[in-house]
Amino acid sequence: MLRVDYLSVGGLAPLSFEAAAHECLAIEGPSGSGKTRLLRAIADLDAAAGYVYLEGVERREMPGPEWRRRVRYASAEPAWWGAKAREHFPATAKLDRLLSAVGLESVLLDRPISELSTGERQRLGLVRAIADDPRVLLLDEPTSALDAQAAALAEELIKFQILLGRIVILVSHDSQQLTRLANARLQLTDAGTARSRESAAA
Amino acid sequence: MSYVQLSATDLALAAFLLVVNGAISLAFRLGLAVSFGVAAVRMAVQLAAVGFVLNFIFAQTSPLWTMLIALVMVLVAGYELVQRQERRLRSWLIYGLGNATLLLVGGLATLYAVVVVVHPSPWYAPRYIVPILGMVLGNTLTSVSLALQTLTEGAERERAAIEARIALGATRFEAFATVLRRALRTAITPLLNVMSVAGIVSLPGMMTGQILAGVDPGEAAKYQIMIMFVLTGASGLGAFAAAFGGVLLLTDARHRLRLDRLGAARA
Repeated sequence: MLRVDYLSVGGLAPLSFEAAAHECLAIEGPSGSGKTRLLRAIADLDAAAGYVYLEGVERREMPGPEWRRRVRYASAEPAWWGAKAREHFPATAKLDRLLSAVGLESVLLDRPISELSTGERQRLGLVRAIADDPRVLLLDEPTSALDAQAAALAEELIKFQILLGRIVILVSHDSQQLTRLANARLQLTDAGTARSRESAAA
Repeated sequence: MSYVQLSATDLALAAFLLVVNGAISLAFRLGLAVSFGVAAVRMAVQLAAVGFVLNFIFAQTSPLWTMLIALVMVLVAGYELVQRQERRLRSWLIYGLGNATLLLVGGLATLYAVVVVVHPSPWYAPRYIVPILGMVLGNTLTSVSLALQTLTEGAERERAAIEARIALGATRFEAFATVLRRALRTAITPLLNVMSVAGIVSLPGMMTGQILAGVDPGEAAKYQIMIMFVLTGASGLGAFAAAFGGVLLLTDARHRLRLDRLGAARA
């Protein structure tokens, strides 16, 4: 259970909401309404007043890095610090499986990052965010650079994470994707926020 | 030791070369004559003033006066350090970091060199402390400045990559590893180059000075070697301290990147 309590993000009114295991919460709102800032605040990447609890433990009760190993923010444009993709992944046996799940071959890991396409990098970014099994995934436009086929594979991987009991908070401009994945929605508007529950279509 | 003392006439004769420069500038209307004059007078007044002040300090040979001038030197070096940063940490932060580094590393290295290595009597003899501190500060200043400059520029350019590492659960030093290593390399490489070419490309200034003052070149070389060790050691330690301190300033206790602490770019 992830509980957000009176979290103050930018100019927004303090936000309170919950997301349980096996749940995917969609954050909706027009561009500039603070969706990314909200995800970053939950991952404790930006300072924000208020509380965020994971299984009853507030984020300040543990060091920042430990919190972020559990509550993982994945940017729409993943950044890379090494020359090759492999340097960015933990050595885990399931890496090949995760890559093939999103339609990538393992040989990509040893090519220079700069030679990969935007879509390949975005899928690598998603795999990188998942590879060390964080409890919460904060996905910011995870399929924005993908064609329909690759996006469908990425969605399957996200769905599988939800099935495994991870908590997913999703920001996406693709309303059909939200319908397919999310079972609850949070609307960010000037007037305030509202959470509505609906059954996932799938 | 014996050397030829210079008279005012000798200085005037040396200035003749500058006068020739000024005449050429006037003849070809280069507009440099006034600048030449102002810069030359400024240099002469500054150096004469330093000579006067040092004469006074050397005459006192009191630990208090030595400490006072050492403090002034550190503060001026700290000011110069801040001026050299193109893009600054919020000024009091970098001011504090730069001065603390210079004071700590420069002060300790100088004390070590004077008290342990040279050990004159009394140990606080300004004749040794002041010139060695001056050289240590000048060199440490350059490498501290390079380290901080490379670090802040790197943090800015690689902001996304640093934040990606932080988001994946890295500590601040893990996230800064690439940028930090580059900053230290940039700061320390010139030191290695200076040591490699010392005496080949040109004689170091201090050795030249000692030779002119009548010191045996072999003795002058020994002094220069000692100074090189101290300068390089102090500069390297200064770069380490400044770069590690810089990482701490650019992040917070929650290991978040805090580029907001960088001041606005200077025009």
